Amino acid sequence: MANVEYRQATCTYPGMSAPAVDSLDLVVEDGEFMVLVGPSGSGKSTALRMLAGLEMVSSGEILIGDRVVTGAPPKARDIAMVFQSYALYPHLSVRDNLAFPLKQKGVSEPERGQRVLEAARLLELEPLLNRRPRQLSGGQRQRVAMGRAIVRQPQAFLMDEPLSNLDAKLRVQTRAEIAALQRRLGVTTVYVTHDQVEAMTLGHRVAVLRDGLLQQCDIPRRLYEHPCNVFVAGFVGSPAMNLDRLPFDGTAARVGDVAVPLPGPAASAARQAGLSEVILGLRPDALSPVTAGDSNGATRLSCQVHLVEDTGSDAWVHLDAPAQPAPLRLVARADARHLPLVGDRISVAVRVAEAHVFDPASGVRLGD
Amino acid sequence: MTTLGPMGAEGVAAAARVTSVRRRRRGSVPATVALLVIAAIWLFPIYYMLIDAFKPNNDLLHYPPQLWPAQWTLANFQEAFTVNGAGPTVPQPSFLTSLFVSVVVALVVVAFSMAVSLFASLAVARFNFRGRGTMLVALLVAQMVPFASLLIPIFIELNKVGLIFTVPALIIAYVAPVLPFTIWTLRGFVASVPVDIEEAALTDGCSRLSAFWRVIFPLIAPGLVATSIFAFILAWNDYVYAYTILGNSGTIFGGQAETASVWLFGLINPSRVTPWGELFAASLIFTLPVMIFFLIIQRRLAAGLTAGAVKA
Repeated sequence: MANVEYRQATCTYPGMSAPAVDSLDLVVEDGEFMVLVGPSGSGKSTALRMLAGLEMVSSGEILIGDRVVTGAPPKARDIAMVFQSYALYPHLSVRDNLAFPLKQKGVSEPERGQRVLEAARLLELEPLLNRRPRQLSGGQRQRVAMGRAIVRQPQAFLMDEPLSNLDAKLRVQTRAEIAALQRRLGVTTVYVTHDQVEAMTLGHRVAVLRDGLLQQCDIPRRLYEHPCNVFVAGFVGSPAMNLDRLPFDGTAARVGDVAVPLPGPAASAARQAGLSEVILGLRPDALSPVTAGDSNGATRLSCQVHLVEDTGSDAWVHLDAPAQPAPLRLVARADARHLPLVGDRISVAVRVAEAHVFDPASGVRLGD
Repeated sequence: MTTLGPMGAEGVAAAARVTSVRRRRRGSVPATVALLVIAAIWLFPIYYMLIDAFKPNNDLLHYPPQLWPAQWTLANFQEAFTVNGAGPTVPQPSFLTSLFVSVVVALVVVAFSMAVSLFASLAVARFNFRGRGTMLVALLVAQMVPFASLLIPIFIELNKVGLIFTVPALIIAYVAPVLPFTIWTLRGFVASVPVDIEEAALTDGCSRLSAFWRVIFPLIAPGLVATSIFAFILAWNDYVYAYTILGNSGTIFGGQAETASVWLFGLINPSRVTPWGELFAASLIFTLPVMIFFLIIQRRLAAGLTAGAVKA
């Protein structure tokens, strides 16, 4: 096991003006489960492939266990990779697929057999050892791909969206198995996904990338509660945070005639920057429909319901709040037992302490 | 209206299935008959060659033609292997020698074209290099040129380098038109192997070369089989190139060389009576390698022709 480090690592493809990964500085500690997340084209897979030695590093360095591996071929890096498509060898049985990297390494046959059996036992693959990949289901193939990585006992696991080809139910189940396996083996793991739910549930830390640049790297809870910029705020969390550009009067953001007071540090930072507008971020959890008789003094918005989504365990209400020049579209969490109807005009309480404020020009978080 | 009970409903469903199967079977009878007729038309010349190879000379020109030999003999085969082919004035090699020449030429053409096209297809399918697009277009254009129209320019070039009327010249002449097809076809097979699999091999400890031999090569084996058949048939069956470039003036290992196709045609000579029995017997032997080859690899051929068509 070892730590993994990117030092100003950049990858620019020939003929392209913008780098796919731009000066990435990231350290993955020994035994840590690091998730790289971001939309398509953010550079997360490229960053993983740079670590694997499958993409060139235009500048900067990559280290595995304090050893610089920047120019080393994949076979010299002592890493094991699980691909999105599993990349099982179709002409080999499951047993031979698992044994392949050990055979390449020159491991003796008795030891090879033993390690293959151990991995098969761990992943419940023993009944499948004589089958070919085409005779396996998607979930079974995924486990064989994991097994092929485990037998090698590498310094780091690299996983490139290994769950994206599974159905939703199997994805949830396998996600938990991967997390448990990593905790048990304690191997440094770098995991790429575009699914922020996967990122938040699997990783010890999550690195959010956009256009090749690292936006924020932090524990999932902090990413959710303290996004450093508008992009991270909008990317992390489902449904996405309500983000609106609103007039700022020195202490509050104006939603039509309603003043939504901003948290003290954020308002102070906005005043110091001389901003006349701010981007106000409110998670759906921070907005809740209230009854007419509730008079706790909270900031309220009068909104019209234009869509109700009842997902069973949760309910999300899409609202129009009066504002200039056009109504604001907001999503609020509602009690599924007391859902408003489409077209209803309701009052929505705003928990201002949970508001996030961002600079409209740079998108950077204001305040803490 | 009578309502159907549970058993009645199941019975209706079963009857519907049987009717559907019968309809499918009835529908396929005209198609089967048509296929049998076409097969019979195609197979009849081969059948006639087969039975005439075993007929005594007296029965060969019998009228009406005997569709089943009254007598069976192996004398024609004995004649084919012991009597030299009759050329105009130059002594001709034996049938066995000409078969040997055909085998050598065909196998060398297959081996050489497979070796070159294997690595060439890997290069055009996997790597980006300057001129790759132009090369691909050139491979396509080369296949559009009729094989026969290349004969004269190839002859001229081989003559210039002093190789004409030699076995290596014939091998070169066959490899030239075969390569564009084999490279293009194998390229499809290599491209159909997902890049992920090769990258997985690299991360599993392989070098580029060992990833190719241990992972890609086994997966494109059906493609190799399909393209080697094409090369083999071209080199084995051809007459025009073999007669023009090698003719009966060529030499091999110090002895006279001509291919079996040229030897067979040499039996038809206006200066003497054509030995039809010997000709049919030799022709039957000539077709055997290709038939055996096809019988052995026919399953892989079908897989090979379609495997590269759809990306995995």
